Amino acid sequence: MRRASKFETKVAEPDLTPMIDMTFQLIAFFMVLMNFSASEQNDKVTLPESELARPAEAAEELPITLHMPENGTVVLGGVTSTVEGIRPLLETELLLLESKNRKASEANVIIRAHRSAQGGRVQELMEKCQELGFEKFSLRVKEEPI
Amino acid sequence: MKFKRPKDGAIKAELQMTSMIDIVFLLLIFFVMTFKIAPQEGDFNIKLPAKGSGAQDDSSQLPIKLRLIADANGAISNLIINDGTSFGTDYARLRNYIVQLTGSDAAPGATEGPEIEIDLDYNLKYEHVIESITAVVGYRKGTDVIRLVDKIKFAPPRKPGK
Repeated sequence: MRRASKFETKVAEPDLTPMIDMTFQLIAFFMVLMNFSASEQNDKVTLPESELARPAEAAEELPITLHMPENGTVVLGGVTSTVEGIRPLLETELLLLESKNRKASEANVIIRAHRSAQGGRVQELMEKCQELGFEKFSLRVKEEPI
Repeated sequence: MKFKRPKDGAIKAELQMTSMIDIVFLLLIFFVMTFKIAPQEGDFNIKLPAKGSGAQDDSSQLPIKLRLIADANGAISNLIINDGTSFGTDYARLRNYIVQLTGSDAAPGATEGPEIEIDLDYNLKYEHVIESITAVVGYRKGTDVIRLVDKIKFAPPRKPGK
């Protein structure tokens, strides 16, 4: 038989329910806001701002994202190239489009150029795309806070 | 072995919360560490016919020509419309001019409305190109965007040394 001690300590049981509720809410918040479109981002590119920029209502169909950092190079799918040497990379994209029975004119070329990049380089990049049959271009900008 | 029962006879079920809380905190730390506030982004859509496609310009009217002149640092030094009217670096005045030119404040339809051709100096910084496009394409009225010009095209690049 166990003898009950005069000084027996009771196990403290804090109510964990509110803490777990809060933690789950925090997880849900971060999960919802998490940016899964990391492939469309590039740390070297700071987009210019525009008050007319509105986020697209629907995702672009057949997007090809070209990043242009300040130094005027082009990044496509993680591969860095010069504007002059972008053709083989674009041709690979063309092959992918053809495998889906789509044409270059149906693709959306999204240009994410750094705010301080030379405008002429962006024009040259568009020219290179035009040479391969791309027609639809989107100049991506950051939404300017009102 | 004798089970200890409370006096009222009910057995208190005790869930082991420790492992769940461990996992939940790990998840929370993961999301907090990887969280990055991404700014909202938007697009200016441009349709340029493919080179050598022989596509004709389908617009019935002549485009408004906007010439962007850069200084040595790549900043904008002058805005000229149709090789005549100069606006310096005053985007607001340029916008007012475009409002007058397009006729009204009403947004043009998808198939009508003037076209603008942008001819820029090679070294002009891209942010000034976007500022100019913003000034001519439309303006914001409250939370609404009033479109003035829907079609944008670029003149051939002015390559240095040419």
